[in-house]
Amino acid sequence: MIITFLVSAIKFGMVLLFGSTGETLTEKSGHLNLGIPGVMCVGTAVGCAAEVIYFEACGGKLNMIYPLAVFIPVIATLLGGALMGLIYSFLTVTLHANQNVTGLAMTTFGVGISKYIIAVVDDYKFTAGAKFFRMSILPFSDALGDVGKLFFSYGILVYLSIIVAVLVSFILNRTKVGLHLRAVGENPATADAAGINVTKYRYIATCTGCAISSLGGLLYIMDYLNGNWEYVIDAIGWLCVALVIFTIWKPVFGIFCSILFGVFYVAAEYIPGISLSDKEIFKMLPYLVTIIVLIITSIRNKRENQPPASLGINYFREER
Amino acid sequence: MNTVALELKNISKRFGDKYANKNVDLTLERGEILAILGENGSGKTSMVNMIAGIYYPDEGEIFVDGKPVVITSPKDAFKYKIGMIHQHFKLVDVFSASQNIVLGIKEAGRYKLSEVEDKVYEISKKYGFHINPKKKVHEMSVSEKQTVEIMKVLYRGADILILDEPTAVLTPQEIEKLFAVLRRMREDGKSIIIITHKMHEVLSLSDRVAVMRKGEHVATVKTAETNEKELTEMMMGEKIDLNIERSEPVDPQDRLVVENICSKNAEGIPVLNNVSFTARSGEILGVAGIAGSGQRELLESIAGLYHIDSGEITYNDPATGKQENLRDKTPLQIADLGVRLSFVPEDRLGMGLVGNMDIIDNVMLRSYKKGKSFFLDRNSPHNLAMELIKDLNIITPNEYTPVRKLSGGNIQKVLVGREIAAAPSVFMAAYPVRGLVVNASYSIYNLLNKQKEMGVAVIFVGEDLDVLIELCDRIMVISSGEITGIVDARNTTKEEIGLLMTKARKGDNTDE
Repeated sequence: MIITFLVSAIKFGMVLLFGSTGETLTEKSGHLNLGIPGVMCVGTAVGCAAEVIYFEACGGKLNMIYPLAVFIPVIATLLGGALMGLIYSFLTVTLHANQNVTGLAMTTFGVGISKYIIAVVDDYKFTAGAKFFRMSILPFSDALGDVGKLFFSYGILVYLSIIVAVLVSFILNRTKVGLHLRAVGENPATADAAGINVTKYRYIATCTGCAISSLGGLLYIMDYLNGNWEYVIDAIGWLCVALVIFTIWKPVFGIFCSILFGVFYVAAEYIPGISLSDKEIFKMLPYLVTIIVLIITSIRNKRENQPPASLGINYFREER
Repeated sequence: MNTVALELKNISKRFGDKYANKNVDLTLERGEILAILGENGSGKTSMVNMIAGIYYPDEGEIFVDGKPVVITSPKDAFKYKIGMIHQHFKLVDVFSASQNIVLGIKEAGRYKLSEVEDKVYEISKKYGFHINPKKKVHEMSVSEKQTVEIMKVLYRGADILILDEPTAVLTPQEIEKLFAVLRRMREDGKSIIIITHKMHEVLSLSDRVAVMRKGEHVATVKTAETNEKELTEMMMGEKIDLNIERSEPVDPQDRLVVENICSKNAEGIPVLNNVSFTARSGEILGVAGIAGSGQRELLESIAGLYHIDSGEITYNDPATGKQENLRDKTPLQIADLGVRLSFVPEDRLGMGLVGNMDIIDNVMLRSYKKGKSFFLDRNSPHNLAMELIKDLNIITPNEYTPVRKLSGGNIQKVLVGREIAAAPSVFMAAYPVRGLVVNASYSIYNLLNKQKEMGVAVIFVGEDLDVLIELCDRIMVISSGEITGIVDARNTTKEEIGLLMTKARKGDNTDE
């Protein structure tokens, strides 16, 4: 029981980890992308649609094979998310639109269009692909009993989310590209004066971030929900935004913090005899701890734990 | 061997239809320190910005080592080994010194901070800097930040360094250190352009001086062959006699009595400590002090905008003869009594005026509550705006131009003019001439003098001690939130005020 609970919590946590890693990358460039729920919806819907196309192209459930059934939707999701990031960047960087307004518009737009996409395709066809996402890729999980179940029983995307988080963290903190990106988010005028192309960095970081975030939605639908479309992806998007704050913009913290969020979020399901209303209190806990983290970091007021200084502010070169 | 490092020929730059620089010729020798001298708005900064690639000249040519070059971005400037240290630092707060230094450099090989730190250490040893490459910028003092800026330029191998008013933010000791470093760079064969308007710095540091006036290059002279008087005349273009007509106060009466006010800021640090003074009618009371010693808080607490913990502020109303306690009143009530504050913050528009609104609307900000009508009365503010434009010579296309488009002096005239128009009985002006050219400053001083002659109690917070001594009747000196002395302006010296300004309290001189 406790193992099933933890497995479920970890799985859910990794959904959030994708979302928050992507959003962290985006925010490091100075873009407060509140469109992340919409981005995740669209990316996931595009991924599901791609699975349907693959299903039809290969001639049915029985002909679907392992790497392709996962690979195709993943690529499609990445592209769908990146496209949303492109729209967002075009509006905020090129047209100087207000970031908050753009983000919220992207969310409403994204949720709506994803519902349309799912309504158009036959959902049982992508449900057929779910088993490939849930398939354990590590052969020794059964042999190790509970330990194996806890650490080695997941589908490929769960492991990918951790790899991506570590990789993003490495890039941000250990490479020059990361240094430049953080400079763009902290002080774009300084970065510009140093010869860094602010526009390029913001576009690329936002598109990559949105692509990564979208994988969270795909993991949620195909793995966690076993291929059932549920529109609550956008609620998960908001959790990801909260998680970014909770991790104080550090993707490696995200690995542990997301599991904690997962524990809070799924705990209610595993407590016997809990009333429906009490369940909602558990689902509220992630937001509550985020507020507590905000209070603590604000009181300590350490400069390193604050959001990027130019978060949410567009950069116009003329104003230097 | 060519000894000229940099040459400008016939450089012009326009903003709109106004020339920022017109037909400027300038040469910079190898291994010299060239000072550029000029008033605010004389085109010093725009000229060096063209060398550094921030602006692009409309006409003319730039030569580096005798070859014509095109510099369209700071990157290009680096290519020709030109580096600029801006007045406002361009640093990322959360990065360490070495991270800031390496920012934007495209070098082959792996990104390794330890190598950067070694190189920074090497350069700092060569020129006698003190820098901790691991220290985060937000933990640094202003002087340390400047060192990082200079290091950024040196790290990129610059041979021509441009410093835009580097001493404005430094203490005298830090300035000496900086100058020692600059002299060592000169010995190393680097060419340095330094912008300043402090005359004694020009004379002590530079080899040659280029004087700018109204966007034009007047002359370049050898420092050893000139003197302060000659340079001032070149800068002003004429022998101008800057005298302020100071009249004797007529029938001074206590208008505002401040007793023992104390106040703490949000962090619990005392910003005002037992401040007591009296402002009299028909008199200008000057306030002198190092920036941030509590001047702002003092004026704001009189105006009711700043919380005070203890003390009394009593106002003798000349109309009714009654004594009013200002501590019990709201800012609006205080303003209605005739106590007016015109505060010119560093960005001029921050407090008092709304940049995107025109003169009429800004005038209306003070009057919109008047009258009973549901609709706004736009006519009287319009008339007042026209009056201000005429009386104060505000240069603006028309009264509907957003104030942010006006020049600094004209913005300040709108602000001061609006407050004066309300016929105040106490008028407080903080830094009203900040950033203004000499002529505009004097028109503001005349406005203050006129108020004084009308029997207003004027409180003037100023930066220039010479002006304070010439303009005011009494000068109050504030140091770390404490009044260290009130002197008679007619019988005081700069030295006396200077000593009072630095008279530290308990020795805990925390910045900010």
